Amino acid sequence: MQLKVFVNGEATVTSAATLAELVAQFGFAETGVATALNGDFVPRGARQSTRLAGNDKVEIVSPRQGG
Amino acid sequence: MNTALPNPRTPPSLTLYGVSVPSRLLLGTALYPSPKVMTDAVKASGASIVTVSVRRESARANSGMGFFELVRSLNVRVMPNTAGCRTPREAIATAHMARELFATDWIKLEVIGNDDTLQPDLFGLLEAARTLIADGFKVFPYTTEDLIAAERLREAGCEVLMPWAAPIGTGRGLANPYALRSLRTYFPDTPLIIDAGIGAPSHAAAAMEMGFDAVLLNTAVARAADPTRMAAAFAAAIAAGRSAFEAGLMEMRDTATPSTPVAGTPFFGLDKS
Repeated sequence: MQLKVFVNGEATVTSAATLAELVAQFGFAETGVATALNGDFVPRGARQSTRLAGNDKVEIVSPRQGG
Repeated sequence: MNTALPNPRTPPSLTLYGVSVPSRLLLGTALYPSPKVMTDAVKASGASIVTVSVRRESARANSGMGFFELVRSLNVRVMPNTAGCRTPREAIATAHMARELFATDWIKLEVIGNDDTLQPDLFGLLEAARTLIADGFKVFPYTTEDLIAAERLREAGCEVLMPWAAPIGTGRGLANPYALRSLRTYFPDTPLIIDAGIGAPSHAAAAMEMGFDAVLLNTAVARAADPTRMAAAFAAAIAAGRSAFEAGLMEMRDTATPSTPVAGTPFFGLDKS
């Protein structure tokens, strides 16, 4: 089944059923990114059990320079 | 600066949330011309804490961990921030993501309330601080010099406060020295780190002479023509300012008093005879 979700603000169509599958489909290293779904943090260990729904807003972030 | 504080009661080394911190200079990792210059500047600064952030990762780039590996190689403690967050909810989610990525419960909490000044939203800041402390974070709130906000943040469980000197990136130095001095006097035993707005080593020295515990810098070092030399210059200024505070500054006076002894001045009173 294909779902339309927003990943880091960009609309994308995915066959991923869970957040863990989405992270893998995008080619992200599992431990190299942190995730949020619809504004709430999703811990690494909960991605597998977090099912995606249409129009979900997913944030996938990684370390960056900061002040 | 122009007012001597009473004998300083602060301990010689800086302790933040129970962690003894050797350097009173905290350095940001952003805006450097290259990663090499950033690492050189961190080394030259002697900083034992550097600030970092989280940002959206682009597909298949996986660039973030490379940066983190570089910072890890510096053997310094990292303090992630919530820069760019405008609501408590954004800041809370960002703090959680940062804790997972950087494996630290330290968070420089920013909740920005105004686009022009990047001024902290003190109401949102307090709300986010309360939630994050309940979630086990060690919160370092980026705040203004406001005494009541400081009081509330302390009550919420913030053991350290980080008041601004001036808006982020302006390099204007201590915009409101009177209010900052009041804050220092009002919270003699709370570690206070001046965060944002410092442009020159003299600004940092002035903050340290006032008795602030540390200074957090980024733009002033990263945007210098020679960031590595500037990092060293700031380190010297911060050390000098701290030593001056511990030594106890003289009080400022309105009238001149001679420093050379008056008694025994040759020809003294000659014209009157």
